[in-house]
Amino acid sequence: MRPKILLLDDDKDLLELYREILSQLPSHPEIFTSSTGARALAMLAAEPFTLLVSDLNMPKMDGLQVLSIVRKKFPEVRTVVLTSVLDEQFRSRVYGLGVDLFWQKPSSGEEIKQFLECLESLLGREAQSGFRGVQSKSMVDIIQLECISQNSIVLKITNGPLTGRIWIQGGELIDAATDELSGEVAFHRILSWKAGNFESLPAEPGRERTIFNSYQGLLLETAQAQDEAHVRQAASPANAEDGSNSPLAPLARFPGVEFVLALKPGEAFDARGLENPQPVAAWGRQTLEQFRALGERLQAGPLQEVEGLGPQSNVALAPHANVDFCVGWQQDLSSSQIQDSMKKVLTLWVS
Amino acid sequence: MGIMNFFAKPSAALLPLPRGSFTVDREGRVLASTLPQAFPNNMAEDIAMEVLEAFRAAQTAHLVVREVVVRFANLKLTARELRGGAIIFLVPQTLSSKPS
Repeated sequence: MRPKILLLDDDKDLLELYREILSQLPSHPEIFTSSTGARALAMLAAEPFTLLVSDLNMPKMDGLQVLSIVRKKFPEVRTVVLTSVLDEQFRSRVYGLGVDLFWQKPSSGEEIKQFLECLESLLGREAQSGFRGVQSKSMVDIIQLECISQNSIVLKITNGPLTGRIWIQGGELIDAATDELSGEVAFHRILSWKAGNFESLPAEPGRERTIFNSYQGLLLETAQAQDEAHVRQAASPANAEDGSNSPLAPLARFPGVEFVLALKPGEAFDARGLENPQPVAAWGRQTLEQFRALGERLQAGPLQEVEGLGPQSNVALAPHANVDFCVGWQQDLSSSQIQDSMKKVLTLWVS
Repeated sequence: MGIMNFFAKPSAALLPLPRGSFTVDREGRVLASTLPQAFPNNMAEDIAMEVLEAFRAAQTAHLVVREVVVRFANLKLTARELRGGAIIFLVPQTLSSKPS
């Protein structure tokens, strides 16, 4: 199927020029144009588009406003900014909104060619999870490939702020490490991550062996452990009583955490470590909501985190998909330590 | 060069994010400010009201909060409580200023 591109710029002559240039793309996209943000939003609502290419500097509704709405209402549409605005602040704001590509308006034939190549690559890219580098392969696939090929390699896996390493020597798993974990425990933890990036590093033949189980045995254990965790989670109101199998439990055990609240849509929440969580949950909801709204009014990009720092303890709030988190932190942590630790805690939740 | 000139348009009229600090009293009125003059005063007061409300609501929830840090993708807001009012710092976040 031919991809559909919507071009948005207040200059109608430029739109025609863009149309001509983009018609050279090998995927032969259908090209539509709009000279106002409002019209572009109406077109996106009326039919599905693959890609929106937008200018920033436009009267009435500027590009930042349009893109902010598009990212929220049409998250499946890929977005590109094509602008003559060179200020780094605007580039950061554009990427902060989740735009796929920020491109300065081409100033040479070579740049037009590069721009077209980038667009073509963007049009061909499917949204998919899995590990980047070997698209649509799981970590299990990657480890099996390396072991069957009897390779010697170090796999470095990055999952947000978490990193892990798996050492493979002559097709055998010999060690794994992540954060404070090592050996088989670290291996199981890394394999519980659902997505991320990995890179292959040169083998380290001198690495001390801590894993003696075969890779098949370890992968089987990991699969069994994950299956059991799913079954426990699905079937157990009783486990909710002591919270030991609560998905919040690993978050509450994270170093420095005093309490954790998962604020769900509506009034519902889960709590660990607080005797009377209701007032804190109410504060968390209200504060996130008011700063979210403020961020929109300021066009400051999505709200990432709020910290409340005090003489006795610290508390941090972070929106995350459909759940907002409120985490109490020990008083001796600095703001940047809290920011870093919150990222790790949220990654634990995803895993 | 014809095509290249054709791409050019008048310079951007986009409003940059504010950089600077300001102090407000307990009613949210701006007492002193180093914000750019182009940044609307009512927007500064809007920020102040949200910050003061966050301090007040924390007190209601029995949380002792003296400083609030709000991180947006493109702006960091830091507010310290000052005898009911607050001093508020605004720093735009660019790609090069963000920690990796």
